[in-house]
Amino acid sequence: MRWLVTLAAAVFAAASYAGDVGQIKNLRGSVHVERDGQRLVATPGMGVQQADVLVTGADGAAGVTFLDNSLLSIGPDSALAIDRYSFDSTTHDGHFDASLKRGTLAVVSGRLVKRSPEAMRVRTPSAIMGVRGTEFAVKVSEPGR
Amino acid sequence: MVAVLAIMALVIVAHYQSAPPAVAELVVVLPSADGHTGTVVVEHDGKRAVLDQPYAANRVGRASGPTQLTEREVRSAFGEALAAIPARPASFLLYFIAGTDELTGESKVALARMLDELRRRPSPDILVIGHTDRVGGDEDNDRLSLQRAERVRASLVAQGIAAGSIRAAGRGEREPVVQTADGVDEPQNRRVEINVR
Repeated sequence: MRWLVTLAAAVFAAASYAGDVGQIKNLRGSVHVERDGQRLVATPGMGVQQADVLVTGADGAAGVTFLDNSLLSIGPDSALAIDRYSFDSTTHDGHFDASLKRGTLAVVSGRLVKRSPEAMRVRTPSAIMGVRGTEFAVKVSEPGR
Repeated sequence: MVAVLAIMALVIVAHYQSAPPAVAELVVVLPSADGHTGTVVVEHDGKRAVLDQPYAANRVGRASGPTQLTEREVRSAFGEALAAIPARPASFLLYFIAGTDELTGESKVALARMLDELRRRPSPDILVIGHTDRVGGDEDNDRLSLQRAERVRASLVAQGIAAGSIRAAGRGEREPVVQTADGVDEPQNRRVEINVR
């Protein structure tokens, strides 16, 4: 019986994480997630999925922890797209591509980069960054902002 | 002919006028918590810049190229993003009395200390993995390892950590910390590993 309860609990926990590649840990001000053409209000603990775009307002900031323990956070007036994310928790192989469209981004790379340098790439409108570890920050300013 | 040249000239002027970059970009490498500085390779316009020193930076825009920032400039440009970085993932080990799911006295104290750390994290995601030493059969040890993980999970829930944020699993005697022959009583292998992020 105890086994059954445990199994049910494990399956339930796993189900609630399906499709999620990260989780919003820190939130301040107005933050939205653009997903499948919808604009969702971000909430603490909300899952982040591949193809999501995180958008902060003038008073906003958000921090996300990903499955491989990569940590990404954005400051005010920012837009960050999670273009591609895959992570094999056994081998630590995978890819992480993100684009900062505008604003500020801070990154602490995780197991993907530890396993394979440059498994993580961050794009800006005019450059591409290969990440060999571990902590860095990126800013994209538009004229007049 | 003149008209064509005039149009070409206009196109060139228009192109030249749009030449100042539409955006200004900045990337900077930071010293990490453990004191090491990593490396970021920036590719822009066919050029590669390798940033591998603390606060080494690269600009794209009116003044493109490598540069060096101060800690203060980094704080001023990235303060809000840096303040929003999630807590670093952490892991803890707790040990058990032989053949039971009862924590050792020391580990009971460690559990209480760990709770303070867990409570500081908004929206924690916790994985508890139980292990055994190599005394007893495989099946018994699979059961005991899960029982240990479940017992710790229950203690965390009793102390107010949300049940939905904790997963428990048992690995039996498959992943010893100390390699031993079968049947050996090894306190360091009787443990749960708690990973939190």
